[in-house]
Amino acid sequence: MDHALSEEVETQVEKRPGRLREFWFYFRENRGAVFGFWVFVAFVFIAATAPWIAPHDPTEQFRQYTLLPPVWQEGGSWTFPLGTDPLGRDMLSRLLNGARYSFFVGIVVVVVAASGGILIGLLAGFSPKWLDAIIMRLMDIILAFPSLLLALVLVAILGPSLINAMIAIAIVLQPHYVRLTRASVIGELNKDYVTSARVAGAGLWRLMFVTVLPNCLAPIIVQAALSFSTAILDAAALGFLGMGAQPPTPEWGTMLAEAREFILRAWWVVTLPGLAILITVLAINLMGDGLRDALDPKLKRS
Amino acid sequence: MSAVTTDAPNTTRPQAGPVVTAKGLTRHYEVGGGLFGKPKTVRALSELDFELTPGRTLAVVGESGCGKSTLARVVTLIEEPTRGDLSIDGTKATPDAWKSLRSKVQIVFQDPYGSLNPRQRIGQILMEPLLINRPQMPAAEREEKAREMLRLVGLRPEHFDRYPHMFSGGQRQRVAIGRALMLEPEVLVLDEPVSALDVSIQSSVLNLLIDLQERMQLAYLFISHDLSVVRHVADDVTVMYLGRAVETGPKDMIFDNPQHPYTKALLSATPRADPEAGKERIKLQGELPSPLAVPPGCAFAPRCWKAQDKCRAARPLLDGATQKSACFFPEGDGTASPEAPKS
Repeated sequence: MDHALSEEVETQVEKRPGRLREFWFYFRENRGAVFGFWVFVAFVFIAATAPWIAPHDPTEQFRQYTLLPPVWQEGGSWTFPLGTDPLGRDMLSRLLNGARYSFFVGIVVVVVAASGGILIGLLAGFSPKWLDAIIMRLMDIILAFPSLLLALVLVAILGPSLINAMIAIAIVLQPHYVRLTRASVIGELNKDYVTSARVAGAGLWRLMFVTVLPNCLAPIIVQAALSFSTAILDAAALGFLGMGAQPPTPEWGTMLAEAREFILRAWWVVTLPGLAILITVLAINLMGDGLRDALDPKLKRS
Repeated sequence: MSAVTTDAPNTTRPQAGPVVTAKGLTRHYEVGGGLFGKPKTVRALSELDFELTPGRTLAVVGESGCGKSTLARVVTLIEEPTRGDLSIDGTKATPDAWKSLRSKVQIVFQDPYGSLNPRQRIGQILMEPLLINRPQMPAAEREEKAREMLRLVGLRPEHFDRYPHMFSGGQRQRVAIGRALMLEPEVLVLDEPVSALDVSIQSSVLNLLIDLQERMQLAYLFISHDLSVVRHVADDVTVMYLGRAVETGPKDMIFDNPQHPYTKALLSATPRADPEAGKERIKLQGELPSPLAVPPGCAFAPRCWKAQDKCRAARPLLDGATQKSACFFPEGDGTASPEAPKS
């Protein structure tokens, strides 16, 4: 009887696709997510190759061509396909290089916020009630501030620069990871496999990182993808308020702020960086939603 | 033939003495309270005495909420008893000694779907206890032992690299049993090991357990609510009600001649495949009282059909020679037993 059972398992196993294939199968069902994914791939490609594909240096000023309109408008030129800004810098080159900064901000903020948040969340999930309460109330306090305001305050203390803005955004985003990790840890801790690891003598560190953490990763990955876009958005907002990247850095938010006064005379200097932010953030959010659907075991049919 | 069987305790140790002795084992939980309320005490386990002997099975039966799983957690050193002594292999099981006693007591859980880490392969699951407890063991030897164990519990070598979700419930339970035996324990706590399985699989897993017990001279603490399973595997039986043992003794005596009314009611609720043996089904009134507010006197008195004022005032103690029961008015010898044919 048991042999027959094993046989049955055998055939199932052969049909079952690999983990990555299975993931892609579910991810593909969400069209928006696939669209977001390809836009994100393009974004990563641009960020990686910006200095080589950009036609000009992003900070080089062509004084005779200030506020040149994009190529499809009257007066546009193929030398500057998306026009120039008030100082005569090429918009396309600045936008392409801006992708680098946004990507950099996203990666650094997510890595810092996620690693810190996961550590604190694990600690809270495993710690006795009183320590857990202290940690979580602390996180609640951070969450109670409007996130941009808190980031502003932090930057005001640290001094305006892109690095400080990233630190501030990471601190603001980190409580989400703490909550998420703690919730999944507490859910997993009640399961028997954790108890049996305990009975086998697993120490606290092993329980935390080998037994429990790998089983909590799915929601954290989704959160990481979604907060990537939040980080870009917040960095742009701080840049716009003059608290993030400083001119002449071609950061999208900073570009918006610099060109604010030309909104009526030259729409492209304001609209194009805004569009860049919009498309990137939208694509990442779409991708994050698809990721959530694909990683959530409750939504799987098999 | 295997490292597991040659190292089995039966070759190194005389079989006589008990490997686990529990005296007055008690576990209370403090619950609720919060910021303002007073915490309440849940008496999950009260003054339990028992012994586990190599090669024998002690079955603990009782309905849900009677403290069976708490007992499992205390014996497997997950939780410290509030009071009472637990000694394993002659060593007192205080938290300081837990680490050294870990490999002597292992557990198999009820739910084979929750008890295996979904992110680990079967091989990793089997090797983990060795990795933790014998870190100096070479990796090759570890793998060798895990493959050996895979065969011992009736799985095939190619299952070594698979994930738990690829297995059926019975196969997972075999993996769980294999993991529990990796450290060559002397005591195995089986917390309803077959109640989550199909009836057809139950018997094969039970037979595997019996086979392993004979081979490795294991002492089993078999927790179950299924009396027909208990009848199949147990040597001794303890019946628990609301955290206390109400009756304990050898299997045959308990099944043939239950002394405590609760045991009798429990036995009468077991389906029997004999329509001729007319039986009286005893239906208990009411619910199991909350362990937050255990009634004074005999805990079973509110549901007992024989309860007198004495039962509600004083708590009967376990009394008797081999078969002990905690009742002021025990059932008569055989005459009132559900085994006896009724006319």
